[in-house]
Amino acid sequence: MSASLLTLDGVSKSFGAVAALRDVRLELAGGQVHGLVGENGAGKSTLVKILAGVHAPDAGTVTLDGQPLRLSGPAEARAAGIAVIYQEPTLFPDLSVAENIFMGRQPLRGLRRIDTAKMRTDAGELFARLGVHLDPDRPARGLSIADQQLVEIAKAISLDARVLVMDEPTAALSGVEVERLFAVTRALRDAGAAVLFISHRFDEVFALCQRITVMRDGRWVSTDPVDALTVDVVVRRMVGREVSAMYPKQDTTVGAPRLQVRGLSRDGAFADVGFTVHSGEIVALAGLVGAGRSEVCRAIFGIDRYDAGEVLVDGVRLSNGDTAAAIKAGVALVPEDRRQQGLVMELSVQRNATLPRRWELARGGLLLGASERRAAAAWAQRLQVKAGRLTDAVSTLSGGNQQKVVLAKWLATKPRVLIVDEPTRGIDVGTKAEVHRLLSQLAAEGVAVLMVSSELPEVLGMADRVLVMHEGRLTADIPRQRATEESVMHAATGQADA
Amino acid sequence: MTHRVFVVRELGIVLALVLLVAVTAIVNPRFLSAQSVKDLLLGSAILAILAVGQAIVVITRNVDLSVGSILGLTAFATGSVFVAAPGLPIPVMVLIGVAFGAALGAVNGGLIAAARVPALVVTLGTLYVFRGLDYMWAQGRQINAADMPTGFLRMGTATVAGVPVLTLFAVVVLVAVGYYLRNYRSGRELYAIGSDPAAARLYGIPSGRRVLAAFVASGALAGLAGVLHAARFGTLDANAGLGTELNVVAAVVVGGVAIFGGSGSVYGAALGAVLLTVIRAGLPVLGINPFWQDAAVGALILAAIGLDRALSARIARSLRG
Repeated sequence: MSASLLTLDGVSKSFGAVAALRDVRLELAGGQVHGLVGENGAGKSTLVKILAGVHAPDAGTVTLDGQPLRLSGPAEARAAGIAVIYQEPTLFPDLSVAENIFMGRQPLRGLRRIDTAKMRTDAGELFARLGVHLDPDRPARGLSIADQQLVEIAKAISLDARVLVMDEPTAALSGVEVERLFAVTRALRDAGAAVLFISHRFDEVFALCQRITVMRDGRWVSTDPVDALTVDVVVRRMVGREVSAMYPKQDTTVGAPRLQVRGLSRDGAFADVGFTVHSGEIVALAGLVGAGRSEVCRAIFGIDRYDAGEVLVDGVRLSNGDTAAAIKAGVALVPEDRRQQGLVMELSVQRNATLPRRWELARGGLLLGASERRAAAAWAQRLQVKAGRLTDAVSTLSGGNQQKVVLAKWLATKPRVLIVDEPTRGIDVGTKAEVHRLLSQLAAEGVAVLMVSSELPEVLGMADRVLVMHEGRLTADIPRQRATEESVMHAATGQADA
Repeated sequence: MTHRVFVVRELGIVLALVLLVAVTAIVNPRFLSAQSVKDLLLGSAILAILAVGQAIVVITRNVDLSVGSILGLTAFATGSVFVAAPGLPIPVMVLIGVAFGAALGAVNGGLIAAARVPALVVTLGTLYVFRGLDYMWAQGRQINAADMPTGFLRMGTATVAGVPVLTLFAVVVLVAVGYYLRNYRSGRELYAIGSDPAAARLYGIPSGRRVLAAFVASGALAGLAGVLHAARFGTLDANAGLGTELNVVAAVVVGGVAIFGGSGSVYGAALGAVLLTVIRAGLPVLGINPFWQDAAVGALILAAIGLDRALSARIARSLRG
């Protein structure tokens, strides 16, 4: 085996109270493709950003060629020969494709002027190497996700990097494009580059990589040569947790269909999604980030319009793209990002908690503090919100308590269909259990609950049924009895045998 | 293809300009007399210089509302310097004005970088602060043409081969800045910062430094405009350039520079300045009540923004194809 080119040792990184990486190690060797796999939230993207110089590690060392490497920014990482392809393309929409590739490194002619003609031909050559046809002169605005990804790849290749980091580069690519990317990656590898390849597609990881590292919950789990591994072993190590007893799912009698979704499609986001959630049922929507789960929820709630299909609540069709109608029909959505979408951070706890009911609570068009306070106090007690005063700004609460305020806000509208998107992301264990108890209780009262979650234990512990999405389509509908971490992960990663 | 889009934008303004001039000239042929054209060029030169500076800032997704106050303060400073040192050579005075404006621009850029407050708020603040300094300095005094060298005042209205000297200043500034923005890495980085600030960080573009430089450039050009204002009008009090900033922003927006940054050109901004000047000069000739002038300028801004939306939507559609 060749010597290690880039080494991470004992690297940790926290954001506030949340530890994203704990004591992670990784060795990348020149002339090798190294696979990195893990569930959503395992810390892969944070690791990528440390290598890219975007984040500095809190502890631990990064060494390149045996020399300690301290990166103060992305420009330094690039100068050190590290190229990164991010999961989300990061292009300048107003600039041309060629400029996007060479920004900050444009070829120059006399008087340090940009040599536009050379830049254009260089970009053309890169695309020829990748075997794609893109006009270097067109603006990046309007490129499909796949084409944007190709521009990112061209950018990384143009750096002649010694270390190439690819964070899910194939997520948006077609089969032919993936093959071309692999050919180029192998050529770079054979030229001595160290490649870190992150993907949820196991067939690709096994086809391309020589060694595979598994991460879980921000920690390093294992690193092995690919010959010593099977997909099943990798999946078990990725999820490898006990489903604890912290999911107090009450047994409920499943009633009549409450929410029916038929043939729902939106171009570029999801296609032909159909399912039913019954009264008293908790249905989990599982899948990887970018599988289209949140997009489906947004479409049901009327935030985004859909191109085809229909949504029915208690047999009545909802009009497309009409949030007010959805709320009126008894649908509530607790969004994924509570700070941006769920709360008005500067307003008080009581005002946030009563926002959707501001018209009912108003007397003669005037919203009086007293009625707000009474309504908010009742819910705060029921959900055990720990707040200093109800008049404090909601931004002063902890993440878990903020989430309870979001829940209170929607539960007060007495929803018949409750959609919760990542209901326990970033909140502590105790509060998680309370949120779970609440969801379970609501289902017992006859509410139809649709829960998007990336946490498998939560999905398996809470759901009566698990729907799995993969790349915009429903790939599995697994009843509680048959749902296991393996079966869900298989369907979420697009493996046939679910 | 990007270039073609820019060309389309600028062509639109040129067409509007030609149409307006043609209609006005048919109603009153004297609108195209040498004197009238000279007045138009003279009238738009200072606004065009300010618009070029503003465009640099707007391209980075910022705005500089203090340019009117910088112009006023520099104009008064010009008069005061000539009162103190009547024999000062004109080029030295121009350099002093540019440096003074640049220093004021650096105050803007420094505050924005240090306080991490949007440029809109910071420059709204310095708009009043700079104007307040101007009032304090002037103490109600006025500097008259008699206090300034005649050579300097002559520059304000002189022509070379029929073209006003002030217009030559504007053309030199325009060509130099336009060439820089298109052909230099740091110029392209200004567009990148305005196009997607988050991506600019991931590219390792020194956004803070570039934005600071943009404000220094805008301040320097406002300083130049202040010196030229002094030369042209001769009589100076603390009110010079009062309210100009909105005219400047209007010229930039009408000229096709996207207010959210990342696209547009200084050529467009300068054309916008000329178009606004022609409207203000042409509408009275057409017998249109002067009260309608502001409404016409406003309608033009809305039309420019509407065209922007329509164009970008069409480009997006055609590219998705």
